[in-house]
Amino acid sequence: MRITCPICGERDRREFYYQGAAVALDRPEADAEPEAWVDYVHVRDNPCGMTRDLWYHEHCGSWVVVTRNTATHEVIETALASDIKEQGA
Amino acid sequence: MAFSGWRVLKEGLTGNKGWAPHWRDAAPKDEYDVVIIGGGGHGLSTAYYLAKNHGISNVAVLEKGYLGGGNVGRNTTIVRANYFLPGNSEFYSHSLKLWEGLEDDLNYNVMMSQRGQISLFHSDGQRDAAIRRGNSIRNQGDDAELLSRDDVKRHLPYLDYDQARFPIYGALLQRRAGTARHDAVAWGFARGASDRGVDLIQNCEVTGIDVEGGVVKGVQTSRGAIKAKKVAIIVAGRSSQVAAMAGMRLPIESHILQAFVTEGLKPCIDHVVSFGMGHFYISQSDKGGLVFGGDLDMYSSYAARGNLPLVEHVMEAGMTLMPMIGKAKVLRSWGGIMDMSPDGSPIIDKTQTQGLYLNCGWCYGGFKAVPGSGYSTAHLIATDTPHTPAARYRLDRFFTGRGLMDEEGTGSQHNLH
Repeated sequence: MRITCPICGERDRREFYYQGAAVALDRPEADAEPEAWVDYVHVRDNPCGMTRDLWYHEHCGSWVVVTRNTATHEVIETALASDIKEQGA
Repeated sequence: MAFSGWRVLKEGLTGNKGWAPHWRDAAPKDEYDVVIIGGGGHGLSTAYYLAKNHGISNVAVLEKGYLGGGNVGRNTTIVRANYFLPGNSEFYSHSLKLWEGLEDDLNYNVMMSQRGQISLFHSDGQRDAAIRRGNSIRNQGDDAELLSRDDVKRHLPYLDYDQARFPIYGALLQRRAGTARHDAVAWGFARGASDRGVDLIQNCEVTGIDVEGGVVKGVQTSRGAIKAKKVAIIVAGRSSQVAAMAGMRLPIESHILQAFVTEGLKPCIDHVVSFGMGHFYISQSDKGGLVFGGDLDMYSSYAARGNLPLVEHVMEAGMTLMPMIGKAKVLRSWGGIMDMSPDGSPIIDKTQTQGLYLNCGWCYGGFKAVPGSGYSTAHLIATDTPHTPAARYRLDRFFTGRGLMDEEGTGSQHNLH
C-alpha cells in the first residue's frame, strides 16, 4: 500500500502512522452529551468497503485524511486534515 | 460413530470403508429455538454446549461459507491461560480446563499438545512485570514459573541471548499452555453438536435480522427466512456488518493479522515461544512447519491479506531472536480479520434487542477461547444470566466506562491494541 501525502507526494506506507477512523475530525464539544463521547471514543462504523481514516505522515508531520477501500486496500483519495477541517467536510 | 484406537486399527485393516461424514449437512427448517449466526469455532462450540449443557438442541448454526472457514481455520493454534486482569484471568482459566478435557468430551482428536509456552523478557522492569503476572496467574489457580536466563538456555539453547536491543533476561513459563489442531477443534465441535440434533447449515448467508417491537423474531437468509426465539451473532471480523442488520453500531474495528508457515522441518522448536518485544511468536506444528506470526498490520481492513512491511518486520524479529531459522523457506502466509475492541477484551452479552445476543471482540486471541466462549455464551442464551467466568465481558462497559479491561495497559482506545 502506498499513500499520497498532499505535501510530499506518493510515499511508502511505512512513513505513515494509522491514527484511526476520521471521526477525530468531529471531536464533540466538552459539554456534549455522554452518548456523543461514547460514539467518538469507542463506537465505529467499521465499514467493509469505502472508509475515511487519519494517517500521520512522519516525514513532514502532516495529518492526512485517506479515503480508501478496506476490502481491497485501494487508496482513492488523500487530503490534508487541516484543509478538510476548514471546509467543514 | 465413536472414535477409538481399536476402530482406527479395524478400519485400517478393512480398507477404511467404514468411515462416514462427521456431521449432517442440514437444510434449514422454518423455525428454531436458537439461531446462531456464524459457523466458526465460537459459534460451533456455543451450539455444542447449548445442546450438551442445557438440553437445547432445536438450534441452527448458519454459516455463509463452510464450517470452520474463518479465523478458526487461519490462526496460529496457541492455547494458554496467562492473563493478568480479573475478568480475563478466570475466563481463560476456565477455557484452558475445558481444553484439557476436550478430546474425551468430544471423542475427537484435537491434537491438544501442552508443550508449554515461554514468554521472554528483556529487562529488570519486565522481570518485575512477569513476576507480578505469574503471581496473578497462580492466584487464579493456573501454573506459571519464572525462568532465569540460564533456565531459558536449557529449554531454548538456540536463541541469540546477547542481541544488543533485547538481551534475554529470563522468561515466564506456563507448562499447561500449548497448541491444538485448529481445524479439528471446529470439526469436533461440529460433530458433537450435529450428533445432539443441531442443524449445521452451510452456504447460508444471513442478510437481515427481523426485530419487532424490540424483540428478535428471526433472520432472513440467502436460503429463505428462518424464525427464531433467540439469535446469537458470533461472526468475529464481520460483527459490525451483522450487528448493523439489527440497527446496532459496535465498539469494534476490524484489522488484519498475518501469520506464516515454513516448509516441514525436523523437530527443533519444542515449545511455544513468545517474543513480545519483537511482536513475534512461534511454534512447530506436528507436520514440522514452523508456524509464526507477529503484530497487526495496524490499519482497519477486511482484505484477509496483509502488506509487505509487516512481513518484513516479522521475519526480522524471527531472525533476531533465533538466527537458526534463517534458511527455512516460508511456504505460506495469510491474514485473518480480527474484531478489535477498544480495550482489547471481548464481549459476551445480551443486546438491547430482546433475544439477541452478541459474542465478539476477541481481537487476536480468539482461538484459545473457543471452548470457554461457547460454554459461557450457551449459558447466557439458555438462562439469560451471564456465566460467572465471562460476567465481566459486558457490552455496556464501552458506554459507561465501568469495567474496561485493558490487559496491555495502553488505554481503551482503538488502534492501541
